[in-house]
Amino acid sequence: MGTIEANGKTYETDEEGYLADLNSWDKDVADVMAKIDDCDLTDSHWEVINFLREYYEEYQIAPAVRVLTKAIGKKLGKDKGNSKYLYELFPYGPAKQACKYAGLPKPTGCV
Amino acid sequence: MSEETKKMMYINRKAPYGTIYAWESLEVVLIGAAFEQDVSLAFMDDGVFQLTKGQDTKGIGMKNFSPTYSALGDYEVNKIYVEKESLEERGLTLDDLQHLVWEDEDEDYAEKDSIRLVSRAELADVLAGQDVLFNF
Repeated sequence: MGTIEANGKTYETDEEGYLADLNSWDKDVADVMAKIDDCDLTDSHWEVINFLREYYEEYQIAPAVRVLTKAIGKKLGKDKGNSKYLYELFPYGPAKQACKYAGLPKPTGCV
Repeated sequence: MSEETKKMMYINRKAPYGTIYAWESLEVVLIGAAFEQDVSLAFMDDGVFQLTKGQDTKGIGMKNFSPTYSALGDYEVNKIYVEKESLEERGLTLDDLQHLVWEDEDEDYAEKDSIRLVSRAELADVLAGQDVLFNF
């Protein structure tokens, strides 16, 4: 367990830096998590993060990267639905890294 | 690759909550789907309750994972066999179950039904045709 400070609030995380409580998430903590990884969140990042939050809301799981890639392609266009685009945004792995900033648990099947 | 593709079926026989079997099975299916095998699911006995609509777990303090079954289509798991007799013995019909679909990319993302209602005898034939069975 650890904690992250953002904008005067404290957020609990698990040992890998994922938020302990999905409901404690807000945009401030996402920005701080990204800064820790030397990443500045742009609109393109937010598109993916928001997509993941909607996916989780609907299905109660974080999608596998293959499923994420396909679904992004369908929702945001073919130019974005490929691993090259997603890995450029999230070099530590789109599913793992983007899910972390979105406040979701680590995707099922990720080790 | 194709010579390594196995027909794998996950058999679900237990009610969704009370034991961890139903959720564990679903997680294994989602993880296994990444390996591009020929995956199918069977629901029989109390397992048919896993697919019912309108589940509410607030009273038992467990996560309601029933919305996750709708994601199976995204994972290209689209052969979901439900045993007719098990439904009938529990006073259920297909209308009591979630409407699970998958999108056929080859037909412009046409939505197709994933659930196949089969009799006990038909399901026995499907089971006999599998390479690997996982019992949950």
